[in-house]
Amino acid sequence: MGEVIKNRYEFVVLFDVENGNPNGDPDAGNMPRIDPESGYGLVTDVCLKRKIRNYVEMVKEGEEGYQIYIKENVPLNRSDKLAYKNLGIDEKKTKDLKKNDPNADGKIRDFMCSNFYDIRTFGAVMTTFVKAALNCGQVRGPVQLGFARSIDPIISQEIAITRVAITTEEDAAVKKNEMGRKSIVPYGLYRVEGYISANLARKVTGFSEDDLELLWEAIINMFEHDHSAARGKMAVRELIVFKHSKELGDCPSYRLFDAVEVKRKEEVVYPRKYQDYDVTVYEERIPDTVEVTRKN
Amino acid sequence: MSIGVKVKVWGDYALFSRPEMKVERCTYDVMTPSAARGILEAIYWHPGMRWVIDRIYVMKPIAFTSVRRNEVKSKVSASNVLSAYNGAAKELSVSAKDEIVQRASLLLRDVEYIIDAHFEMTEKANETDNPGKFKDIIMRRLKRGECYHNPYFGCREFPVSFCLCEDEEIHTAYEVVEEKDLGFMLFDLDYSEPGDIRPMFFRAVMHRGVLDLRDCEVVR
Repeated sequence: MGEVIKNRYEFVVLFDVENGNPNGDPDAGNMPRIDPESGYGLVTDVCLKRKIRNYVEMVKEGEEGYQIYIKENVPLNRSDKLAYKNLGIDEKKTKDLKKNDPNADGKIRDFMCSNFYDIRTFGAVMTTFVKAALNCGQVRGPVQLGFARSIDPIISQEIAITRVAITTEEDAAVKKNEMGRKSIVPYGLYRVEGYISANLARKVTGFSEDDLELLWEAIINMFEHDHSAARGKMAVRELIVFKHSKELGDCPSYRLFDAVEVKRKEEVVYPRKYQDYDVTVYEERIPDTVEVTRKN
Repeated sequence: MSIGVKVKVWGDYALFSRPEMKVERCTYDVMTPSAARGILEAIYWHPGMRWVIDRIYVMKPIAFTSVRRNEVKSKVSASNVLSAYNGAAKELSVSAKDEIVQRASLLLRDVEYIIDAHFEMTEKANETDNPGKFKDIIMRRLKRGECYHNPYFGCREFPVSFCLCEDEEIHTAYEVVEEKDLGFMLFDLDYSEPGDIRPMFFRAVMHRGVLDLRDCEVVR
């Protein structure tokens, strides 16, 4: 499955939405998430992780080692289950396993990591409720994402829509159509920052170079296969990757993030497209040992 | 022998869950000592040393916001994994649609703290380990921004930016407030018995924006 990553990474993702709702707020009737004080739009980390999982599940369908633990839908076809690698433990001896093998917990953990891409990447809480029984522990994945925030305050627009098909007979007798509502953001450019720890990859989950390439691919394409009526037009516009020369890193992450400046063009009052923004990476503020790549 | 260090940490959000309100998570007003320890351990830790938090300086006014998210309510069960591991044809994944639960979190916004801490040596230290060596490693990591994994404020979605604090004078956001009682707060977890991990609490009183943890009374 390739070699475990040896470098620390940080990354910045810029993605935009046009006439859609990037992430609904269950507290606000599914309107786009907004920071109430500043008006900036938010997209949660878990929303983006969902997209990454969905992409990986789609492209690596059923492939060994690329299972997804937390699925959006239970697969309809339950028959084509993956044949798990039997690591040479007798089934009848399960009960003695813990007694005879003090590393049993670790083995189970490694088994989960090697089979499930999302556990290898984002980690998982793995425990049983039985005290002092088997416990494969909490796995912290190497990849860590923050909340995404829009560059400028967004406005959320309520669109009233109608539908001509009426659900119930009673309603059909008295009215011709039904009203519905949609919330959209006319335009929003969002920025999210992420971290990848090579230490956690090496010591815990075995997140490899191949996995990393797949992660970049998934980030770039995370909205390409996620189109829906609610989402409108969403796209990843920029993925800027900072590769440190060492496992521990060469400089603080905030210095790298500060070197990426996204600004609305001066003449633009109401941004409505990506071209209304300027993205600058100030390479002179970044140590020479950090390799900067713009992938898109 | 112990050596002190001051670390400045800041970020957009933080969530230091109160154990009594951890389903719909609600944050403490300020960082707990155990969260501060976790941040330092993310930067550097070794079995031969133990971090002790002395003071927490609250550099920005306490402000809240809330976020509700779709979460899954189940965990990976070790017994299911074991049977799959042994070759059983079992579905191991979890359906996020069926196992869904919506939970709100009350977060802190725009936080900045200075953690004043020192470390003590433990009996697990190797012969070649000494406080000077650890101190050198810590200072180097803080200066270069190196870390084992990126630290976070309570939850991993709230990353921490950190640097060595070299300010001579520290001005907190509550300099004019003589005393602010924050009630009982989690101090840390007692891991001395692996089968029986217990929480420890303390009475948190912030004096002019500083939470002093030296010689504080810990309640179990």
